[in-house]
Amino acid sequence: MPNLLAKGRLARWSGVAGASLATLTTMAGTVLAAAAEHAPNAAHGGEHASGGLPQLNPANFPTQIFWLALTFGVLYYLMSKKALPRVAEVLEARQERISRDLAKAAQLKEEAEAILAQVEKSLAGARAEAQGVIAQAAAGIEANNQARQAQLNADIAERLRTAEASIAAAKEQALANIRAESTGIVRDITGRLAGVDVDQAQADAAVAAVLEERRG
Amino acid sequence: MDPLHQFQINPLFQIVLGGYDVSFTNSAFFMVVAVAAIYALLVMGVANKSMVPGRLQSLAEMFYEFVANLVRDNAGHDAKPYFPFVFSIFMFVLIGNMIGMIPYTFTFTSHIIVTFALAATVFVFVTILALLKHGLHFFSFFMPHGAPIALAPILIPIEVISYVMRPVSLSIRLFANMMAGHTMLKVFAGFTVMMISGLGALGFVTGLIPLAINVALTGFEFLVAFLQAYVFSILTCLYIRDALELH
Repeated sequence: MPNLLAKGRLARWSGVAGASLATLTTMAGTVLAAAAEHAPNAAHGGEHASGGLPQLNPANFPTQIFWLALTFGVLYYLMSKKALPRVAEVLEARQERISRDLAKAAQLKEEAEAILAQVEKSLAGARAEAQGVIAQAAAGIEANNQARQAQLNADIAERLRTAEASIAAAKEQALANIRAESTGIVRDITGRLAGVDVDQAQADAAVAAVLEERRG
Repeated sequence: MDPLHQFQINPLFQIVLGGYDVSFTNSAFFMVVAVAAIYALLVMGVANKSMVPGRLQSLAEMFYEFVANLVRDNAGHDAKPYFPFVFSIFMFVLIGNMIGMIPYTFTFTSHIIVTFALAATVFVFVTILALLKHGLHFFSFFMPHGAPIALAPILIPIEVISYVMRPVSLSIRLFANMMAGHTMLKVFAGFTVMMISGLGALGFVTGLIPLAINVALTGFEFLVAFLQAYVFSILTCLYIRDALELH
């Protein structure tokens, strides 16, 4: 219970308590001492109050009240002015320490969370960046591949065409050669077999006709 | 063998002040002892101001918080300024009762004049408090809210009497409990002694019965010693609440 001992009000109320006790002591003391005078033979000390309760012997009342007022007054003074503020101070110091430590812990936790968030943010940034780089690289490779593919295709087609052209030329050449050779052979054969010298043009035409026939 | 002998008041120094005999007696001696013990416990307890309290400091803090909670729960938050008063009452009665549990000591709370003076102090304190706080409005306390005005002639005397009887019931409760308990202890102890002296060897056996009862009663007396201090201070708190709120 902190702030239990508000200084100003406490001083006021210690006054009230003291006044209560003082009033009471005077009142009771007067009344009871008067009563004690009416019972003069009931004195305290070694002699027993004949049969009665010692508590009801009025001769004891003034001393009891006097010492109660004195000791209780001192107790109240010591408690309110010295002892209780010290205990309150210790309790408040502990409470303060605990709440301070808790606040510090909360603050550190907040800081740690902020750092964690920052780390996660930069991690996500790095990840996105990496993804971008990968995508870019993939796109580059793809484009490169396509270009090379096209280049290759064009190259192949070119070579194919060249090859086909040379094949056709060779074929033409071969056919021409065959014709020429065939004409020579035909003239030679007819010369040797029939003894007829077929002239060049005639033989040529005949070979051409046969070749034409076969090709057809 | 007189079980009431323990309540006898013996002067240690004769003092006469203004015609009154205010000798320093065995009762006064134990009042001083109680105050010294309470002060020593609290001041020595928190002397180190440790963050983690030791045994004595825990005890001092426990008493403080116990009474602080008592005041807060029973007298309300406005009662904070009267905490030292209730604390003094509680500790004085508690330590007074507990000192009485030590053999050969004197229980000053078993004297009606002491408990009555304490209760009357509470009564005067609470009444002054209510008068300062509410002025003449305080007297409306004796007329319960909502009661028909025709009943006032009956209700007001009843309320006044019950108010004025507070210190009487407060003091007699404590005094009677302490006196009865301590007398019982002495009576049963006396039985044991009488059996031994009267029955000889057999008395040592039968004397065990009142001795066993005495052991149980001693434990019970410790409970009563605490409980009566608690009741005394809880009622003080309730009276303070009445004074503050006039319900």
